[in-house]
Amino acid sequence: MSLISKGHIACQGCVALSTARLVLDVMGPKTVVVIPACCISVCNGAYPSAAFGVPVVNCAFETAAITAAGIRAGLDKRGDEDAHVITLAGDGGTYDIGLQALSGAAERNDNIIYICYDNEAYMNTGIQRSSSTPIEAITMTTPKATPKKESKKDILSIMAAHRVPYIASATIAYPKDFRKKLEKAKEIEGFRFLLAFSPCPTGWKFDPKYGIKMAKLAVNAGIFPLIEIENGEVTWTREPKKGKRTESAEEYMRLQGRFDYE
Amino acid sequence: MRIIDDMWRASKPNKKLMSGSDAVAEAVKMAKVDVISAYPITPQTHIIEKLASMCSAGELDATYINVESEHSAMAALIGAATAGARTFTATASQGLALMHELLHWAGNGRVPVVMAVVNRALGPGWNIWTDQTDSLSQRDTGWVQLYCNNAQDVFDHTLMAFPLAYTAHVPVMVVLDAYLLSHTYEPIDIPKQETVDAYLEEMPEMLYSIDFDNPASIWQLTMPEDYSRLRRQLQKNMNDVTFAYQSESGIFARHFGRKHALTEVYTLTEDKIQHKNLLITTGTITNTARAYIDASKRFDTAVCNLRMLRPFMPQGLAGWAAKAENVIVIDRNLSPGLGGIWAQEVKAWLSPYKRESSSAYTQPVQIYSYIAGMGGTDVTEETIERILNHVETDGECVKSYFVEDI
Repeated sequence: MSLISKGHIACQGCVALSTARLVLDVMGPKTVVVIPACCISVCNGAYPSAAFGVPVVNCAFETAAITAAGIRAGLDKRGDEDAHVITLAGDGGTYDIGLQALSGAAERNDNIIYICYDNEAYMNTGIQRSSSTPIEAITMTTPKATPKKESKKDILSIMAAHRVPYIASATIAYPKDFRKKLEKAKEIEGFRFLLAFSPCPTGWKFDPKYGIKMAKLAVNAGIFPLIEIENGEVTWTREPKKGKRTESAEEYMRLQGRFDYE
Repeated sequence: MRIIDDMWRASKPNKKLMSGSDAVAEAVKMAKVDVISAYPITPQTHIIEKLASMCSAGELDATYINVESEHSAMAALIGAATAGARTFTATASQGLALMHELLHWAGNGRVPVVMAVVNRALGPGWNIWTDQTDSLSQRDTGWVQLYCNNAQDVFDHTLMAFPLAYTAHVPVMVVLDAYLLSHTYEPIDIPKQETVDAYLEEMPEMLYSIDFDNPASIWQLTMPEDYSRLRRQLQKNMNDVTFAYQSESGIFARHFGRKHALTEVYTLTEDKIQHKNLLITTGTITNTARAYIDASKRFDTAVCNLRMLRPFMPQGLAGWAAKAENVIVIDRNLSPGLGGIWAQEVKAWLSPYKRESSSAYTQPVQIYSYIAGMGGTDVTEETIERILNHVETDGECVKSYFVEDI
């Protein structure tokens, strides 16, 4: 049975919520989920109801990593060393406002799993540009006439520079790959970072039925790499499709409205 | 009193020469906190250095998280407390201002974090000396603030802060003047660990949120009616802190022989009530005002020390103020465009009261406001005298005067 119940208030076709479900399937019930301001904090529902069947601590926008580290310290003190502490943070809370606390937790090698579901903009506040938004994308703060001029920030390299024990990128479009990475992360001590690519039908303006397809196209095009970084070594767990990269990229762009300048 | 005296002798107090910063660290060690998280800032660094060395030497079995900012220090403790940990941090000035968002989180979230704040002026210009504007501008965050007069006060209130926080389920700040308290060495009584253990045993158990058998989501999306209910609850519990402090002070006295009060009047006369001038002060300025009264034999003037801001229910103050000709508040802080912050609080508190006089004509209590000691400027006995003289000659109640201008 899923640890996220029916009745959540996510948008139709939300990939981030499916990501959370897969994550909790693997992590199990003895997991604390730390959620900063982001879509998932809303998806969980309004007090006194909650869709998540594990302890959830909502925290201030920029504090996911350090709140998780504090919880870890508290749980260890009371003898719950076997519990897992994970975050489910958006790209705004990870790439932008939460980067300082994230860097601090990574530098200290705090024993948590930091999971960022990356939907490439501030979706919860109504689609504004983040430093994870790709170049030329239209958002409410980078309108059609002047789309985003800067490239997506390379968060995986930033985390790699912290030399933490485990870094991986994943997407629920490839659930076996995602599960394997989570299982591996679960067994490792110290700071672990997972970047989960989460296409957003509402923000990217695509048909909600295409969430998984969008993620597959991004992987096949080489736009989103599926990798692991351990001891400085980068391993591709799934290579982009040879000879099909341009075709996948074109379809990926065509299916969404954020690159539609007409 | 007899029982207290006997207890006092039985406990064989162990006097030690200590700075205010050391007194904080010593109390935190004896309170056996579980998690400390801190970031350096002058002039509170001695507190967190001392605690780090205590943890390192194994004298204190706490997890010490060295964070990259004060913002993260508070967030770490909020996290640790959800798992039931007893938590502590210390900061000052810019650090406290940076924490502001999370002070609300701890206050609204009902997290019983204890924090020492060493009052330091806010920049710009950079100034490391004492000024209360940093802590007083955190007034509406849902924290209890306890202002201390000397190193013993600092030690006692750091200890008392834990049961107070746990009883009312609100975070507590122990506030001390930069240098005048943090770096000044005074002989203080350090109790035995057994005495502290016995004292803290009476404290209620920490309520915590993370329970794997009964999982819950905390601090989530909250609709208007529920949010309003939480605010009403916070207001009620904050009001109760006044009584919680008084009862805690009684328990403290039973264990340690010293009793602390929300308001304390110092005077040279037997009559503690009737005076021409009632000087209202906080922090180390209280000591200077008392010394001035002693040295200048001011039988006509009483000094009232205020201990707590939020809640602000200074017991007894209205009675003393109604009998005084002049009520004079000295503030080492500034709300620009208004004046002294304690003066504003005192005015609000005393607004329903009239002066008690023999004539049929009654007038409101006359409250004068003076700002002294900004950014660590010295407040001396001469300053106090100048203020009293000004009240007699040119002082007007509606204004807030800088002592440099009088």
